Amino acid sequence: MKTVAFASRNSKEIIRDRINLAFGIGFPVVLLLLLTAIQKNVPVELFVIDQLIPGIAVFGLSFIALFSGTLIAKDRASSLMARLFASPLTARDFIFGYTLPLLPMAIIQVAVCYAVAGLLGLRMTPNILLAMIVAIPSAILFIAIGLLCGSLFNDKQVGGVCGALLTNLSAWLSGTWFDLELVGGTFKRIANLLPFSHAVNAGRAALAGNYHQVLPHLWWVIGYAVITLAVAIIVFTRKMSSDNQ
Amino acid sequence: MIAIQTDNLTKKYKDKYAVNALNLSVKQGELFALLGVNGAGKTTTIKMLSCLVKPTSGDAQVFGNSIISNSIKVKELTNVSPQETAVAPNLTVRENLEFIARIYGADKNVATEKANASIASFGLSKIADDRAKILSGGWQRRLSIAMALISEPQLLFLDEPTLGLDVLARRELWGVINGLKGKVTMILTTHYLEEAVSLSDRIGIMANGELKEVGTADELMDKKGAKNFEDAFIAIAGEGVATV
Repeated sequence: MKTVAFASRNSKEIIRDRINLAFGIGFPVVLLLLLTAIQKNVPVELFVIDQLIPGIAVFGLSFIALFSGTLIAKDRASSLMARLFASPLTARDFIFGYTLPLLPMAIIQVAVCYAVAGLLGLRMTPNILLAMIVAIPSAILFIAIGLLCGSLFNDKQVGGVCGALLTNLSAWLSGTWFDLELVGGTFKRIANLLPFSHAVNAGRAALAGNYHQVLPHLWWVIGYAVITLAVAIIVFTRKMSSDNQ
Repeated sequence: MIAIQTDNLTKKYKDKYAVNALNLSVKQGELFALLGVNGAGKTTTIKMLSCLVKPTSGDAQVFGNSIISNSIKVKELTNVSPQETAVAPNLTVRENLEFIARIYGADKNVATEKANASIASFGLSKIADDRAKILSGGWQRRLSIAMALISEPQLLFLDEPTLGLDVLARRELWGVINGLKGKVTMILTTHYLEEAVSLSDRIGIMANGELKEVGTADELMDKKGAKNFEDAFIAIAGEGVATV
């Protein structure tokens, strides 16, 4: 009950911020439209929709980290947090309350991206549903990154880390804009050690029906999500105490 | 009945005592003002009593519950109106009230009923569906106190509740606080001495983390042979500072 009440408050705080909505749903969709328009006007296959959409979906999810991080950082800086810490809310209520509302938002965001992709020519098959399910560990990873950044930084710093650094990292190192094989070398090795390209490749494999290729990539994302979430919970819980000292 | 009983309550940061061996007793229904200059230990005391900060040593009982071993029960019985306005900015006045009622255990229907009652008793009807972030400072503070009371706490901590308010808003809040006297035990911290004198049953003056004196305003003035409360306060809290 308490968790639900807190989660509901957090949903409202995020949804009622129009800039959040514009960036979270609007920006990935605009990008999708723009890159599809570019593809129509170039003779080579740069941004083919079934290769592009899993990347756009992951890129869009990076904004979820920005939402959660900003909300937590703003709460930490406000007296509201003192009021909430003095209430019977437990550490578990806080963690679930901050993370749970973002999961449906992330799923809606991915669904909107795939729906727009459908309008732009993506063939509608049951594999789309699988590709959306495959995006869930990525959503959890970005929510965890938001929880971690919101616990460590103030809201302006979260804007820099999650809004600029993370969105760029997840875009450039995911293989969405260009084939990592073409770049090769250290860049490719670094990209393969990070979860973003694996998240995109798992989505591409699911969409293409290459089911056996999904899990090898998805394990990377799940591993990163579990570790990041564990670290975020530890850091958040510690900050809960130290912020009030 | 005793609402608060502290037993050598102490908070130490490295080598500095923020609160040192505080022994204090507050009766149920009493409005107890805690005064002192900045850094005297008032806010740290409130933070310990409201289970926000763990004491370094000592303990306190809030309606018989230890703030160390039974903090969840203490949190259920208490509520806080923090120094700065503590509202959820994107929620409406009504949603803020319902939100706090629910995290203190009320179900959705009960929370709605409590919010309606609170809106009526705090005169918030006109702004009930406005988002908190667009309210003036006075309305936000009023909402903040309404949020502190919606859980029907037995003990309410008011940490500088009228800080930054204009005279009219301050007097309005005094009216609200006066209306609660006898029903809710309140611990008030403030830098406005006239506020403490006007509102409180007893006053405790802290300096350097220690509780120097406790009594009614008149008792403290008599004790120091002071003509007014400000002189008495300076004599107790600012010893050595006033003569410079």
